[in-house]
Amino acid sequence: MNATGKHALLTVEHLTMRFGGLLAINDVSFTAWQKEITAIIGPNGAGKTTVFNCLTGFYQPTVGRLALTPPDSGRLFLLERMEGFRIAQQAHVARTFQNIRLFPAMSVLENLVVAQHNELMRASAWTLAGLFGLKRYRTAEKKAVERASYWLEQTGLIELANTSAGSLPYGDQRRLEIARAMCTQPVLLCLDEPAAGLNPKESAELNELLLRIRDDHGIGILLIEHDMSVVMEISDHIIVLDYGCKISDGDPEFIRNDPRVIRAYLGEDEDAETAAATAGDND
Amino acid sequence: MEYFIQQLINGVTLGSIYGLIAIGYTMVYGIIGMINFAHGDIFMVGAFVSLIIFVALGLAGVTFVPLAFAIVLIVAIVITSVYGWTVERLAYRPLRGSFRLAPLISAIGMSIFLQNFVQLAQGARVKPMPPMITGGFTFLEGSDFSITLSWMQIIIVSLTVVLMAGFALLIARTPLGRAQRACEQDRTMAALLGVNVDRTISLTFVMGAALAAVAGMMFLLYYGVIDFYIGFLAGIKAFTAAVLGGIGSLPGAMLGGLLIGLIETFWSAYFTIEYKDVAAFSILVLALIFRPYGLLGKPEIEKV
Repeated sequence: MNATGKHALLTVEHLTMRFGGLLAINDVSFTAWQKEITAIIGPNGAGKTTVFNCLTGFYQPTVGRLALTPPDSGRLFLLERMEGFRIAQQAHVARTFQNIRLFPAMSVLENLVVAQHNELMRASAWTLAGLFGLKRYRTAEKKAVERASYWLEQTGLIELANTSAGSLPYGDQRRLEIARAMCTQPVLLCLDEPAAGLNPKESAELNELLLRIRDDHGIGILLIEHDMSVVMEISDHIIVLDYGCKISDGDPEFIRNDPRVIRAYLGEDEDAETAAATAGDND
Repeated sequence: MEYFIQQLINGVTLGSIYGLIAIGYTMVYGIIGMINFAHGDIFMVGAFVSLIIFVALGLAGVTFVPLAFAIVLIVAIVITSVYGWTVERLAYRPLRGSFRLAPLISAIGMSIFLQNFVQLAQGARVKPMPPMITGGFTFLEGSDFSITLSWMQIIIVSLTVVLMAGFALLIARTPLGRAQRACEQDRTMAALLGVNVDRTISLTFVMGAALAAVAGMMFLLYYGVIDFYIGFLAGIKAFTAAVLGGIGSLPGAMLGGLLIGLIETFWSAYFTIEYKDVAAFSILVLALIFRPYGLLGKPEIEKV
């Protein structure tokens, strides 16, 4: 907790990721707070997804410390040192991808039950109890289905629970991914372009859903998004990356008027020049 | 007609054994997309382990057949599973993420290794096993051709049915089965949901080996002779069964095993016994040409 009463959920310090000669992320530090939506924005190739890949164990950062402190647990997880599946299992970081990665051959409900694998595995005594249908496992399974149903209701998919995930329309699949990520009971939810390909109505619904998740479940959300209507509307805090460097960090109002951000996005054309001129040329 | 029914019984028995082995192929292929060519030899190891325990129990004076049968079944499953686990851990896991051919070559190496290991450790000679479970039913005695249904055949088929039912339940209902199906579809995503992918793959190998152990034990009791080379032919035929049924599909493996067993038996009965393997493998060729995704497999459609 800091003075403002906010809990720093994720502290990224000096994150650097180098692929051979390519410097994908260069000394980026930021904090994501609990009960806040932190957006990471930046032009294509700025290194946003690479940050996610470092957080979720796909890449081993060249330099940097990624410290996650779940609230109320007093524990500290150093994500850069953890194996991929343990980040989800123990540190409770969940993630979605830019492209949809559901289990298409499973039903909608089953997609959500898989996400509760570890609890069920424990309850079923590593499957044996499940095989013989013991009571302990049946109770656990019922609980898992209840949680899944809750998230299906939240995402408006409850009627589709038994259809196969692969046959859902695109927008529903996007929401199902978020529901599935939430079923892992994360403390930090990382969403990689959740609004991509959504129509304005769906995108507005997504905003509502994310705000609800933030307010009702008190978790931190880390959001990569290109759709500025989403970012500006729901983010509490925005981090701007450009060519792997952090160029700005602040609330939406601050970011909207930051000349460095405008220049990174629009280049040195009229708008940017005026914006840059008003802010004083500080190249 | 009597002759036909007799062949049907024999074919179903043989098919059960093939089916049990084929499940190991199909599951491993399903989860890591690799043909585990050492699986036939795991089956052979299972047969040898069973033989050794039978002999040991005989020396220890355990003569009550059901008890001996149960002990051998359990111990053979455990020991063979350890073999299956070890093969995966040593020969395949380090190559995960390598090019596709690498684990395949490693599997062939493992197959040769296991064959030679058993040959050296147990000798190259054919090992006989005195019949332990004898007797059965005879129907239509007195007609020109009586049908026999031995206890052994009943045991093989019913044990197979029970195991396969249990297995189908495990895949459909338990968290492990769900994790396996998840890993089959998207390993990375499964890991992100907290599924221990490496362990799930290991357990898949263990389960395949356990079924192969049962098949090995049944083979030993049914035919009464084994040698270090039985894994090769039985393995390739079970593989054919898995391909015929649709590789990656569990019911497909069972159906494929049954069909291969029946085809082989009927070919031997009505045509020439020398060409029974040719008949079985011709099916593989035909399946690959006309229905490469198998009878129950789904064609892979690339979504754009």
